[in-house]
Amino acid sequence: MESNKYIVSAAPHIHTKSTVSGIMRDVIIALMPSAVFGCVIFGWRAAAVIITCIASCLLSEFIFTKIMKRKSTIGDLSAVVTGMLLALNLPPQIPLYMAVIGSAFAIIIVKQIFGGLGKNFMNPALAARCFMLIAWTSAMTTFVNPMMGYGADAVSSATPLAVMKAGEGTLPSLRDAFLGFIPGTIGETSVPMILIGFVYLLIRRVITPRIPLAYILTFAVLTYFFGSRGDMSAAEYTLMQLCTGGLMLGAVFMATDYTTTPTTPLGMIIFGVGCGVLTFVIRRFGGYPEGVSFSIILMNVAAPLIEKATVPRSFGQKGGSAS
Amino acid sequence: MALTFKGGLHIPDFKLTAKLPVIDLPGDKLHYFPITQHKGAPLKALVKTGDHVRVGQKIADAEEFVAAPVHSSVSGTVKDVCPHVNSIGIKTETIVVENDMKYETAENLRPVEDISALTTREMLWVIRDAGIIGLGGAGFPTHVKLNPPKQVEFLIINGAECEPYITSDHRRMLENPEEIIDGAGILSKLLGVKKCYIGIEANKRDAIDTLRREVRFNSGIEIMKLKTKYPQGAEKQLIKAITGRNVPTGKIPADVGVVVINVDTVYNVWRAFRKGIPVIDRIVTVSGDAVNKPANFRVPLGVTVSYMIEKAGGFKAPPQKVIIGGPMMGFAQYTTDTPVAKTTSAVIALLEAQPTYDPDMPCIRCGKCVSNCPMGLMPNHLNKAALDRDIDAALRFNIIECIECGLCSYTCPAKKNMLQNIAAFKPMAMKAARRGSTSGK
Repeated sequence: MESNKYIVSAAPHIHTKSTVSGIMRDVIIALMPSAVFGCVIFGWRAAAVIITCIASCLLSEFIFTKIMKRKSTIGDLSAVVTGMLLALNLPPQIPLYMAVIGSAFAIIIVKQIFGGLGKNFMNPALAARCFMLIAWTSAMTTFVNPMMGYGADAVSSATPLAVMKAGEGTLPSLRDAFLGFIPGTIGETSVPMILIGFVYLLIRRVITPRIPLAYILTFAVLTYFFGSRGDMSAAEYTLMQLCTGGLMLGAVFMATDYTTTPTTPLGMIIFGVGCGVLTFVIRRFGGYPEGVSFSIILMNVAAPLIEKATVPRSFGQKGGSAS
Repeated sequence: MALTFKGGLHIPDFKLTAKLPVIDLPGDKLHYFPITQHKGAPLKALVKTGDHVRVGQKIADAEEFVAAPVHSSVSGTVKDVCPHVNSIGIKTETIVVENDMKYETAENLRPVEDISALTTREMLWVIRDAGIIGLGGAGFPTHVKLNPPKQVEFLIINGAECEPYITSDHRRMLENPEEIIDGAGILSKLLGVKKCYIGIEANKRDAIDTLRREVRFNSGIEIMKLKTKYPQGAEKQLIKAITGRNVPTGKIPADVGVVVINVDTVYNVWRAFRKGIPVIDRIVTVSGDAVNKPANFRVPLGVTVSYMIEKAGGFKAPPQKVIIGGPMMGFAQYTTDTPVAKTTSAVIALLEAQPTYDPDMPCIRCGKCVSNCPMGLMPNHLNKAALDRDIDAALRFNIIECIECGLCSYTCPAKKNMLQNIAAFKPMAMKAARRGSTSGK
């Protein structure tokens, strides 16, 4: 019968072209400027770390789904994103076997054990970074100077945050800190590169500015008024704090991870503010010079509660006649 | 600034037929009239096989007030009264009339000579007798809506037409502006309102201009430009955009002092009073990438989808999907034998049926459904509650308020069929809620 060839399904009959793998691809594109910049200033060692992390994340996901007899999920590209994020959060000189173990931890322990994509309760890359920070503290906190000439030997160097924390050593100029010519992890040093990615994600509507802005503003305000700035001016100290460490990278790419943040608009703002407060508290009063990773994963754990508390008032609950 | 509401999303509108004048189509050989086309009391057929009927003759009616009769759109012989497929894919009792192509009109079709001499009750009966129902798609009898439980302040005429592809209301506004403004005046008088707004989306600039030219100074009618955004034409969103008022959960527009009537319905009210003609034809947009020559047709009710497709040049290639209504809220058809009923605003044939569901992809909690929901709901949680059959959670997340606009499914990058789950579970949750409230909880 001729009429049998039509497809019958429930409305709506049209959909956006947006897909999960498309979103992941956009995040990868947005991370590219930071990744490329990291490779340029830290050399081939950075590229090796990035490739190692991506490859081990993909492999971990592939093996795990194979063992669990699940359908392979590497096609959704989320493992690539995790690998890239983890690599950008590692020092360029990290031994590669550590990167492999960290990647496997991110994918298998943090993501897949809890049910895979969309089910993990912490950002896998950040949880892995924190795990590595505790497991291999010295390797994870040994940073090198950016070697623009490539001829120079890698010289161990303290990050600006560590310098500010200790109150001794020389700080780079604010200009270098902003542009990214400072010691740090592969992807965190250059603010302009991160901002390019941020703008791209906003244009593609992958993220909203709520979390990054709430995070950065909260941190900036607290630092301006309550930071232990020593002999620096408040503005200079705040800008230096903003441009160094993982704050920008974390605020744009980690704190905006869908799965581990609230889905409600108000919840997103509370989440961002919470991250800002925790980062400030850890940097100001904590033992570590850096607190972005810990504050984000702590807020990740609180995300379900925040979401529960910020269920939006529905159209009908906003109540009767406005007259 | 165009008026709007919170949430919603601009979706590509594919208004292929916006510039095409309406083409009058003659009747087909056989006309199918589903007996009950409205929401309300079921009708009974007034004719039987072998009877002769004329154009405009009442062929089905009920005794109840909350019902709207059906009229024949052609003259000829009743061939059968039998089950036939309707636009939601169910076989319902249908009167089949064999068209004798003479178009003899029924003798009782007379205009109302002096409207001001009629009482409100008499005016409502004129509208009921003309078989007028919400022609935008809701199908609720118009005279019931025009008899609100309390005095209202505003009449809002809905010319938003926010669904992609459909242009039938758009063409109605361009081609019958005088009638619509006159009809708006009749309805304002009937409701006793001083202010009537006609809301039109900004993408129909020409319709806004045309109607603005027709409105006389101080007539109490105002044309409001609305932001082009889906679902701008949903009743509650329209009221919000124009008056700033939120219809509370479980209430009707009259509770915030508003009655909303579709623009094509207003035209039919005008015709019932001024010409005495009931609802026997309508404008149908035939569109979609599978149709050779997309068009706006004025067809006598009861012709089949296949007849209109043929008049639109047939299919370019066999379509995968044929939809009655818009692509967001319409119904996919399994046959093209479906007749045009009063609420059939469009037939859309698509070459490719986009995949609507991906069972492998999990929700990644992107929150797009939450930020786009025009009712301020959390479709992600509602979807989970529906799949878990968790009535408490569904009610806690206000499943009752869902207007089934489909934006959550539309935007979902993981291609979850959220609306389907939510809409299927809603009646169950509502039933439980009613039981809960009557047990004095």
